[in-house]
Amino acid sequence: MDVHEYQAKELLSSFGVPVPKGAVAFSPDQAVYAATELGGWNWAVKAQIHAGARGKAGGIKLCKTYHEVRDAAASLLGKRLVTIQTGPEGKPVQRVYIEVAEPFDRELYLGYVLDRKAERIRVIASQRGGMEIEEIARTEPEAILQVVVEPAVGLQAFQARELAFQLGLSIKQAQSAVSTIMNAYRAFRDCDAIMLEINPLVVAKDDRVLALDAKMSFDDNALFRRHNVADMHDPSQQDPREAQAAEHNLNYIGLDGEIGCIVNGAGLAMATMDMIKHAGGTPANFLDVGGGASPERIATALKLVLSDSKVRAVLVNIFAGINRCDWVAKGVVQACTTVDVKVPLVVRLAGTNVEEGRKILTESGLKLITAETLAEAAEKAVAACQGRLAA
Amino acid sequence: MSILIDETTPVLVQGMTGDKGTFHTKEMMAYGTNVVGGVTPGKGGGTHLGLPLFNTMKEAMKQTGATTSITFVAPAFCADASMEAADAGIRLICSITDGIPAQDMMRVKRYLMRYPKVRRPMMVGPNCAGIISPGKAMLGIMPGHIYLQGNVGVISRSGTLGYEAASQMKAHGIGISTSVGIGGDPINGSSFLDHLALFEEDPETDAVLMIGEIGGPQEAEASAWIKDNMSKPVVGFVAGLTAPKGRRMGHAGAIISAAGDSAAEKAEIMRSCGLTVAPNPSEFGATMAGVLASKQERRAIA
Repeated sequence: MDVHEYQAKELLSSFGVPVPKGAVAFSPDQAVYAATELGGWNWAVKAQIHAGARGKAGGIKLCKTYHEVRDAAASLLGKRLVTIQTGPEGKPVQRVYIEVAEPFDRELYLGYVLDRKAERIRVIASQRGGMEIEEIARTEPEAILQVVVEPAVGLQAFQARELAFQLGLSIKQAQSAVSTIMNAYRAFRDCDAIMLEINPLVVAKDDRVLALDAKMSFDDNALFRRHNVADMHDPSQQDPREAQAAEHNLNYIGLDGEIGCIVNGAGLAMATMDMIKHAGGTPANFLDVGGGASPERIATALKLVLSDSKVRAVLVNIFAGINRCDWVAKGVVQACTTVDVKVPLVVRLAGTNVEEGRKILTESGLKLITAETLAEAAEKAVAACQGRLAA
Repeated sequence: MSILIDETTPVLVQGMTGDKGTFHTKEMMAYGTNVVGGVTPGKGGGTHLGLPLFNTMKEAMKQTGATTSITFVAPAFCADASMEAADAGIRLICSITDGIPAQDMMRVKRYLMRYPKVRRPMMVGPNCAGIISPGKAMLGIMPGHIYLQGNVGVISRSGTLGYEAASQMKAHGIGISTSVGIGGDPINGSSFLDHLALFEEDPETDAVLMIGEIGGPQEAEASAWIKDNMSKPVVGFVAGLTAPKGRRMGHAGAIISAAGDSAAEKAEIMRSCGLTVAPNPSEFGATMAGVLASKQERRAIA
């Protein structure tokens, strides 16, 4: 789960990480009010979306007067911001963050990630703040500092000092940096984050080291025990179909193609998409119905897939293990009575009670195309999509 | 011989009395697995499905001599259940549960390291279908009837894609010695490499099928190990050629977020290390048949 910059800063701040003074606003009036309440002489008005590269896209505006704050907020709110990270559709801007803009001396990089290879939390720092870390990794790998956290004891102060003193800071600045590094680690650990990026981490004129930007992503599997994080969810930042799928506990990811997919199991779902491409077609989505392929779930899945106007055929691929093919077949038949399926529907069942399942499908009187193997299912779906095969 | 489990392996079911625990324990017992008891804190002293129930793993092991456990425990309590099993002396812990927080698994793995290698339990999963040695025992949730007993080992991150592979091979008359699901999570109990090493030593296994997917370093690590250490042929496959970058495709660990994470990159690494890569997911059976046939030919010539 992703959160907005201002939410990440709120969390970090609650763990003792210094952040510039700021407030969120939902309207131009609120933005001005925020600026007056915050005080100061200059403000950054920042579009809040779940994507980076906002600056280059005009999503961050520096303002010197309340009028400018109002205009900046008005120019951003209610519109979609397109950055190199959002894709061409961009993301809707419904909130802006008004932050007191203070001069700073240096831009550093500080990041935390759950490293799969090491099976540890890795802390990454660099003097090259304000740049993409991948860029630094490519051009100046020696500029990247890292320490790995031992899970049995957590990040130790000596590790934070190691990073701080290598960042070329004065003693006073290093002290502030150590505190920031340790506190940000605690936020990462205690909120079950999977990624935290502070870029840039800036050194202020008074030697404080603070987070000028913050990006945080959280482990979906841990939201059950992190209610404060779960409450930060903003569905406006997701593809509406994906938000809808999540509500029904379906795993759906929209793609660009023409053949809708409904499969049980993530690996088999990916393999089905791959098979469609191999057969000359284009998958319209990833959808894992998981273990329970009940009539209701299949109906919900069908509706979701069909709500994509690009879909010209649907492939249902269920390998029934605990489920039984006859039960799944009944579900498909029932779903077809409640959902108006206007495009060709290819159904491939395999596993437990497969013969009974296929019988139920062929005797249903529905205009279905059945298949026995994965290859046959993909070929038929592509043919149906191209109008070469009718039910 | 098969690996990890056979018909004699004594198994405890953690969370046996829940809905999932009950259903799958029945299936496992029907398949022939030697289930010897269950652990549900608070229900110790009772019985369930004709088996004794215990409050703690230590007590259960003392009374039953079990060596293996399978957990049907909710995500919030799974790390605890796994560590309890390790502490009690279980040698193989299989976790089916989908939804364990990644940092929990990080801590469980670290916990297992407190034991010296000789005493350290093997953990399989989480978020997996389990382990099956066809004809001998099933520790998990897979449909036993789709597996033919034979000489091919299978290691898979995906459950249903593993079933697809087993089913295709069966249609070619190819049977399986043991199929291990390592699960779809970013930090798992054991990797491809851990089981490849076991298959290499198993006299009943002549070839291995490795089913990977996008995300993580384990396919590359396994491929490098195979190149230098594996005498038996390995067929590989990586699901997610059409997966977009940066999106989590169902499994918590199925996400392209770093170099080397994509299906195309992993398939290339597999090829360069001598694996035979199945060209698409409908050809597991055919590819393995081809590999087994050439192995036969080479034997005949030699």
